[in-house]
Amino acid sequence: MQTAGDNLLSATRIDKVFPGAKALDKVDFHLRRGEVHALLGENGAGKSTLVKCLTGAYRRDGGTILLDGVEVDPRDTFNAQKLGIGTVYQEVNLLPNLTVAENLFLGRQPRRFGFVDVGTMNRQARELLENYELDLDVTRALDSYSVAIQQVVAIARAVDLSGKVLILDEPTASLDAHEVEMLFRIVRRLKARGLGIVFITHFLEQVYEISDRITVLRNGQLVGTRDTATLERRDLISMMIGRELAAEIHSARKEPDVTGPVRYRFKDYGRKGHISPFDLDVRAGEVVGIAGLLGSGRTETAEILFGAHRADSGTAELDGKAVQLSSPRRAIAQRFGFCPEDRKTAGIVGDLSVRENIVLALQARRGWTRPISRTEQNRLADHYIRALDIRTADREKPIRLLSGGNQQKAILARWLATEPEFLILDEPTRGIDVGAHAEIVRLIEGLREKGMSLMVISSEIEELVAYSTRIVVLRDRQHVASLEGERITADQIIEAIASSNERGAA
Amino acid sequence: MNPKYLPLTATIVIFVLSYALCVAQYPNILSTRVIGNLLTDNAFLGIAAVGMTFVILSGGIDLSIGSVIAFTGVFLAVVLENTGIHPLVAFAMALLIATLFGAVMGAIIHYLEMPAFIVTLAGMFLARGMAFVLSIDSIAIKHPFYGTLKGLYYKLPGGGRITLIGGLMLLVFGIGILIAHRTRFGTDVYALGGGTATAKLMGVPVGRTTIMIYALSGLLAGLSGIVFSLYTSAGYSLAAVGVELDAITAVVIGGTLLTGGSGFVAGTFIGILIQGLIQTYITFDGSLSSWWTKILIGLLLFVFILMQKGIVYVSRSERRHA
Repeated sequence: MQTAGDNLLSATRIDKVFPGAKALDKVDFHLRRGEVHALLGENGAGKSTLVKCLTGAYRRDGGTILLDGVEVDPRDTFNAQKLGIGTVYQEVNLLPNLTVAENLFLGRQPRRFGFVDVGTMNRQARELLENYELDLDVTRALDSYSVAIQQVVAIARAVDLSGKVLILDEPTASLDAHEVEMLFRIVRRLKARGLGIVFITHFLEQVYEISDRITVLRNGQLVGTRDTATLERRDLISMMIGRELAAEIHSARKEPDVTGPVRYRFKDYGRKGHISPFDLDVRAGEVVGIAGLLGSGRTETAEILFGAHRADSGTAELDGKAVQLSSPRRAIAQRFGFCPEDRKTAGIVGDLSVRENIVLALQARRGWTRPISRTEQNRLADHYIRALDIRTADREKPIRLLSGGNQQKAILARWLATEPEFLILDEPTRGIDVGAHAEIVRLIEGLREKGMSLMVISSEIEELVAYSTRIVVLRDRQHVASLEGERITADQIIEAIASSNERGAA
Repeated sequence: MNPKYLPLTATIVIFVLSYALCVAQYPNILSTRVIGNLLTDNAFLGIAAVGMTFVILSGGIDLSIGSVIAFTGVFLAVVLENTGIHPLVAFAMALLIATLFGAVMGAIIHYLEMPAFIVTLAGMFLARGMAFVLSIDSIAIKHPFYGTLKGLYYKLPGGGRITLIGGLMLLVFGIGILIAHRTRFGTDVYALGGGTATAKLMGVPVGRTTIMIYALSGLLAGLSGIVFSLYTSAGYSLAAVGVELDAITAVVIGGTLLTGGSGFVAGTFIGILIQGLIQTYITFDGSLSSWWTKILIGLLLFVFILMQKGIVYVSRSERRHA
């Protein structure tokens, strides 16, 4: 146990509860002076919730935060900044239409006789940016510069305002390798000045390049804090992805015999900037699991198959005949279904009832000129509420009042109602409790046995192992490995993800 | 050149070119008389447009200013006719009412999170209605002090006159430019136009700034109403209908983006001059219907909107290749 004296920032036993989910469960986080501390975890692990609790964007529900040994309680991000905690987000939180100098000094412009002294402000801005290897025309609008430079300006402002702790939330996500180098030079320089820097990213290469220590979160809980130098890459990946998922789904693993014909054949299928061209065959009665870290091209693969983004290379065949999957409408016409990752924004329509949410996709496929009768709607809704065991008082309840797991099942029902033959599920078990988890896994099994082809994307390796008949491993937006039969084990998958992961900032 | 000056430069170039064309046809347009009249005739519009510039820079809109101008005119006429209050005191009262009116609209927009369009639309009907409550007739203002004020002017070489109201407009533009570019409030206005959420995160007092912006617009609409009553020597509830749209036109032709965050008060001045020039040209020609003013201004607006789109597009692709 560390004492507060070693640490610049010490957060102990931080709790944060959202309706229906515990986002943070007694998480400890300690940041030393002059270190770069990487905060890692898959989507929904609680990284950004923790950061928001530290910066006052969220009020925490429990736990203490010590800054320089003094207990602090940031009310909002502005207050946190005054206390000394500055944050820079991936989306640059500066004003694109103001000049660089105005962005740096907004709210504290130097004044003379009550009027802003633009000359002095611009001079001070240039001096400030010299520390960051930037020689800009500070009188130009911020948006005339690249994202990388805007990022550095944001860092300069945050450091100038707060000066103790700098939190970088995925700062490199939209930068190229050269820009990342520039950013890292600046980070090292700030580190040498004694700042504590929290670095959130999903590029492991960058973590190993820049960070001194690593803290991993999973499902709102602290997995551990390690020194970067002594932490093997594969150990880190198992910390992030987890190995001890509920035994009940693990035991469900059996060798399914997939003898059905190849129904879907994708050749050289790809899209520039999204996913490198890949070959993929999917048989009837097969579950293809997609494994890989966040940002490796998992969702991109699903979107291109469903036509949400148009492929710019390769061909698609269904039962030996070429098909065009250039839009979701066309994909649906070929009996494709797709449950997207973020059901809040891309899936449910919160104010509509469970019934309306379930019939939505079917109605869309039939077209608005041929409405589904109310009796038919009721029959469908009741059928799926029963079949999938959706826990709701009745079918007319607004779907936003349901728990995450039941919402997920309702979305699944929506696609099942269209009687798809190829169903793509992106993170179907994200953010739902363990019980619902197991039910969804059973559902996937059941659909496969009925002869449906499925593709399931998941960050939970053990879960993929449980139901996949084949696993495709993605890395750096490429399909790098395909595992079948005996080779479907968590170790093999982690091995495939970890091996030769050189290109970090691609 | 700094790309943020592009729209303003384009406006100035268009003004100079069209002025040169007009002069080529009617050399008299170059006289100080014409220039003096142009300032006087557009004084009330120019003053109101300065307020509108701030509102639009912040990403809002103020549809109430035409009604506030009419209300102020009627208010002054009724007060001066029925009471012994000195015009200067009446002016102060009118300005106070107009400023409060704007401030209340700003407060509603901010605290109730209502779109400025709908709030100021309500304000437009309210102010117009209040003017009708005061009087439905056109009331002439015969106070001798009005005569004194109208007699004040600065004589230019060549016989032209900068009248009191023309000069007042120039002064308001000067102060507006100073506020926009040399005060923290001015930067905050641009900041709101760049994105309210981000501005708030960066510590801009969003509520106070919003209220001050609409209060300023109200104040200048009130001042514009006083100028209008000096110009017409009357107060009439149906006066100044649609002035808010002329003001918006001047702001947009002046190179300010309707989406907010980018533009110049000085550009609005050029916008006013361009509108005034078109009117003057049509008066000189004599054979053209006055509707040509509207047609030309409509075309100009289209050209400017297209140009702004073009500039935004060019600067985006420039950054991509930077």
